[in-house]
Amino acid sequence: MSVLEVSNLTKKFGKFTALDGVNFEVGSGEVFGFIGPNGAGKSTTIRVLLGILKATEGEVKLFGKDAWNEAVEIHKRLAYVPGDVNLWPNLTGGEVIDLFVKLRGGNNKSRREELIKKFDLDPTKKCRTYSKGNRQKVALIAAFSSDADLYILDEPTSGLDPLMEKVFQECVMDVKNRGKSVLLSSHILSEVEKLCDRVGIIRQGKIIETGSLSELRHLTRTHILVETKQSISSLNELQGIHKIEETDQGLTFQVDTEQLDDVIRHISQFGIEKLESAPPTLEDLFMRHYESKDKSEGKETGGVR
Amino acid sequence: MDQHSFANTGKLSRFILRLDRVKIPLWIMGLAMFTLVVPPAFDNLYKTQQERDAITETMANPAMTAMLGTGDLDNYTIGAMTAHQMIVMTAVIVGIMAVLLVTRHTRADEEDGRIEMIRSLPSGRLSYLNASLIVSSGTFIGLALVIGFGLYGLGIESMDLEGSLLYGAALGGTGFVFTGVTAIFAQLSESSRGTIGWSVAILLLAYLFRAITDISNEALSWISPLGWVSKAEVYSSNNWGSILLMLAVSILLFVVANYLNNIRDLEQGFIASKPGRRYASRLLQSPIGLAFRLQRTGFIAWAIGLFVLGASYGSIFGDLESFFEGNEMYQQMLQQAEGASIVEQFIPTLMIVISLIATIPPVMAMNKLRGEEKKERLEHLLSRAVSRTKLIGSYLIMAVVNGFVMISLSALGLWSAATTVMDTGLELGMVYSAALVFYPAMLVMIGIAAFLIGLLPMLTSLIWIYFIYSFFVLYLGNLMQIPDLVGKLSPFGHVPQVPIEDVTFMPLFLLSIIALGLMMISFVGFRKRDSKN
Ligand SMILES: Nc1ncnc2c1ncn2[C@@H]1O[C@H](COP(=O)(O)OP(=O)(O)OP(=O)(O)O)[C@@H](O)[C@H]1O
Ligand SMILES: [Mg+2]
Repeated sequence: MSVLEVSNLTKKFGKFTALDGVNFEVGSGEVFGFIGPNGAGKSTTIRVLLGILKATEGEVKLFGKDAWNEAVEIHKRLAYVPGDVNLWPNLTGGEVIDLFVKLRGGNNKSRREELIKKFDLDPTKKCRTYSKGNRQKVALIAAFSSDADLYILDEPTSGLDPLMEKVFQECVMDVKNRGKSVLLSSHILSEVEKLCDRVGIIRQGKIIETGSLSELRHLTRTHILVETKQSISSLNELQGIHKIEETDQGLTFQVDTEQLDDVIRHISQFGIEKLESAPPTLEDLFMRHYESKDKSEGKETGGVR
Repeated sequence: MDQHSFANTGKLSRFILRLDRVKIPLWIMGLAMFTLVVPPAFDNLYKTQQERDAITETMANPAMTAMLGTGDLDNYTIGAMTAHQMIVMTAVIVGIMAVLLVTRHTRADEEDGRIEMIRSLPSGRLSYLNASLIVSSGTFIGLALVIGFGLYGLGIESMDLEGSLLYGAALGGTGFVFTGVTAIFAQLSESSRGTIGWSVAILLLAYLFRAITDISNEALSWISPLGWVSKAEVYSSNNWGSILLMLAVSILLFVVANYLNNIRDLEQGFIASKPGRRYASRLLQSPIGLAFRLQRTGFIAWAIGLFVLGASYGSIFGDLESFFEGNEMYQQMLQQAEGASIVEQFIPTLMIVISLIATIPPVMAMNKLRGEEKKERLEHLLSRAVSRTKLIGSYLIMAVVNGFVMISLSALGLWSAATTVMDTGLELGMVYSAALVFYPAMLVMIGIAAFLIGLLPMLTSLIWIYFIYSFFVLYLGNLMQIPDLVGKLSPFGHVPQVPIEDVTFMPLFLLSIIALGLMMISFVGFRKRDSKN
């Protein structure tokens, strides 16, 4: 069952089309990664989901309810953390957390205390004096101490140090283990790779790829490092070979995953002494999609839409 | 707009009230004091009805009517006198209070991204707006009651309970109306500066419209909300119709604000911002250029506003002239006392008000430096090759030039309108010098603002308290005798009343020296201190 359904969502700001027919779903108990270059429309999508921007066209449903008309009902089951957390300069972090918790109506004091300790936040300081990371912690603590069914996180870790980043990842895993859903927009690909079951890639207001990581990996290249007895000839004549480089350890190159079989057959003729292969990182995948259209055109793979 | 649109409004109201728990009582106390000190002072000054009737002679002229509004001059009791001389000006201050309080918890919170957080929680689309409206309404009901019962409590014979409550209600009602006006501009404009700017412009327009219609066609004053204040005829016929009108209009305004909020996206407005230039113009490529660019719109708006203010006051000079021509007693009374022509004697009175208002934009221009610091934007400049001295210097120059332009434009406005409507005309040089004598006092105010920014950045807003003090003593000093010393504590208290008095060199020179000293100290202080936000 899906917790979140976006179909054919279009959002215009005046003449400018920020979102152009966006479609995706987030299933129950799923962590969905939402990625794309700057200005692609991630935050805009999220703000439509929150019912604070009104969709120009299309249907947006959370828990089967309309995002704009039934925002209040939806928000009782949802927690949100923005990338840029702005708080009341004269209130302390503790006061803000309590305000958010009170507006939601739940009350989970022990979780609040536990999270404050985990994130190492001093809740008695005025928000004016918090650093960016500390402001973000306030929003994260408020979000994770509530019993939501869906967590919407828009670049929630952009200001956190690596230690806190780890705490954040634990929180997400914890939420996931309790069967809740998460929509995570982030530029930190390793984080997405670690946490997300599925990802959606958005560019220029359009979703260009969605699927599980292994599905997406299929569309990309594997890194290969080989040493052979004889030097390999006519490698660059094969299909799907990229970035051939001679290094001290041997020859490195990348292979389109669908050509892997042919390539290995070819090089095995030269007497393999050493072979290392690395799975494509998400980064490779994204690089391919983030690069501007004219470059990637022609070899567009279609993909899982 | 179902009930969900308002979910959690109550909790948010309490929250906003908590945020403003110091600010609101301070405003109410300040306004109550401003109002309550006056009747006893009048009572002391004008003990008999004869004395009070005598003062009506100086009040019954177009200049006074334009400035203060209409009053019951035939039955000039202490109550009627207080209402006539105080209520419109106090209503203007109440209007400003409403604009500032409401902007803070509508557009300002939204612009800074705080409403986004609130809206992601189970609170309705309209909850924050209405919480803000509720707090503001409660504040003005409180103000009305405090002033109403306070005035009655003074125990002055002509100030009965009904009149006193009406006095409070007229002020509270004005607060309601401008709460509504501000709530609407908070929807229309995309920034808090825009919201304040537009709302204050409406307030100024309401004041000027009333000034002009009060002396030309009183019935038309019903169009201006500030006209309703005089039309309540407090302590004479006690017209509660005015209050009903205020309430009806504010409810209408509240509804419109809700409607507009409901149909728009968060952080958007209706007054569209247009795309800007691709490259920075030459002007922008220096700290002073940036300082100007950031305030350009406000600068232009204030410049127009002050010209119009000057011109509105100037436009009454025709009426003033013909009024005195037909009034022999006046001619005797005033002319034998002074050297200048009768009409010219009103210039200093008007100039005091004009110069005080003209002081607001340069002080704001100076305080912008602190505003930028608070938003941590100065770091972008300081981390590049811009010294702290250059930075504060840029803002100081901006403020000093700003003040000069403002006072000059208002003088020009007054002169050009007055000359057009008068038979004899006015001399530009005379009007201009009457305005310019206030410039050193304005410089002192700018100097104090700079001084606070340089040495006591957390206390920057003290300049406004000092400003209000100056306004208070000068405005009241105009109406009644207040101890000399009280007036002299404000730089404006040292300004000669040109053209009634001569331009005296010494006080102006000393004021300038003080201003210069303050500015120099501010440089040293600003260079030495840390950035604070
Ligand atoms: N209020 C607005 N008016 C006009 N255009 C807007 C508005 N808000 C967003 N946009 C535009 O919509 C596009 C999408 O913006 P959005 O903030 O959703 O990007 P994003 O994917 O979140 O980027 P980032 O990774 O930088 O956070 C951008 O081109 C942006 O300029
Ligand atoms: Mg974003």
